[in-house]
Amino acid sequence: MRSDLASEILQLTAEHLILVVSSMALAILIGVPLGIVLARQPALRRWVLAFVSIVQTIPSLALFGFLIPIPLIGGIGKRTVIVSLVLYALLPIVRNTFAGIVSVDPAVCDSAVAMGMTPVQLLRLVQMPLAAQTILAGIRVAAVTTIGTATIAAAIGGGGLGVFIFRGVASVDTTQILAGAVPAALIALSADGGLGWIERKVSPA
Amino acid sequence: MPLVEFRDVHYEAGGKQILAGLNLAVESGETLVLLGRSGSGKTTALKMTNGMLFPTRGQVTVEGRLTTDWDAIRLKRRIGYVIQDVGLFPHFTVAENVGLVPKLEGWADGDVSGRVNALLSSVGLPPAEYRERYPRQLSGGQRQRVGVARALAAEPPLLLFDEPFGALDPVTRQELQQQFLQLRREFQKTSIFVTHDVREALRLGTRIGLLSHGRLEMVAEPVEFRKARSMEARAFLACLED
Repeated sequence: MRSDLASEILQLTAEHLILVVSSMALAILIGVPLGIVLARQPALRRWVLAFVSIVQTIPSLALFGFLIPIPLIGGIGKRTVIVSLVLYALLPIVRNTFAGIVSVDPAVCDSAVAMGMTPVQLLRLVQMPLAAQTILAGIRVAAVTTIGTATIAAAIGGGGLGVFIFRGVASVDTTQILAGAVPAALIALSADGGLGWIERKVSPA
Repeated sequence: MPLVEFRDVHYEAGGKQILAGLNLAVESGETLVLLGRSGSGKTTALKMTNGMLFPTRGQVTVEGRLTTDWDAIRLKRRIGYVIQDVGLFPHFTVAENVGLVPKLEGWADGDVSGRVNALLSSVGLPPAEYRERYPRQLSGGQRQRVGVARALAAEPPLLLFDEPFGALDPVTRQELQQQFLQLRREFQKTSIFVTHDVREALRLGTRIGLLSHGRLEMVAEPVEFRKARSMEARAFLACLED
């Protein structure tokens, strides 16, 4: 019995991690370039930031509900969960990428341009390294939120540690709730610590 | 052929006339100082030289070629630029800052390193001590020295200075001006130097161009400039008296 629980914890933790890691990977792949575009195209700023902010305000269960009937990205299961986790993670990543880049000292950017850096070199050698800490802070916030939100995935058959929590709530079984909540909290803490450490490592000089 | 030539250059931004019919030729080897009040258009003229800005009317040529015909990146890498805020890269060491353009230009690592050492010595910063420092570990004057070394790094035929010593204390400013003269003897570069400080203009310029409201009032050698009678020239010369 005990070992059954232990192996289920392991299995659901792995599922949870897969949900979180794939959502975060997608959110970074979309969010960072989007933030870079916003830093260069002021005209798009208001619209894109408004969109990602509004998404953030939709309760997660409601968002699942909205997504389920949509073809291709919707349905019951992991795909819908990942799509909504990505949507939630976008705001902090996009906003911090954008903010990190535009807050680089204009004198530094000016002198980079005056020295004959191409736009790509400016981004790669100057803006990204100087914005890295802010961008990582956004990723860290997104990761911690995603780990928590992913527990709701179980509501639409997405698996993960939420399975324990929903089961525990339904059967008033504290052990089950803890079996979901404690590993989720540990993952969140270690993600927070690990990403915080990287953040300090990349601090520009 | 002048190294840089402005032909009837006009520049407007936001409905405001910033330069109005600037005609000026900068010859090889000279230090042309553009003297003027804030908003007189001197920085704009400087930024047109390396293609950071382009005239709304008229032409600017560098080495006989229109700035609009130059490859934008090539032109900037052929011209060293020093600004008041220095704009050193805070995440690069002194050596990385100074060696940046040579590196972008594809120099071998050993050549870049040798060049950096030579330049740091020239601007009075012993390489062994300063190479690995970060800009925040330097004083304002030292930072500006690094800025000058960086501008010289890829052996540009032309250097642009935009009030480089404006933010420094008087003693450090004096030292850096001295250094400027010494470097000019050593490297024989052509410079365009923007300032609002008439003492600096007289001290460093081989010729002084006086800009007022986007117009070039006069161009003269320092000795001649001291005798100038125009209102604006007298206003600047009056600063010498106290």
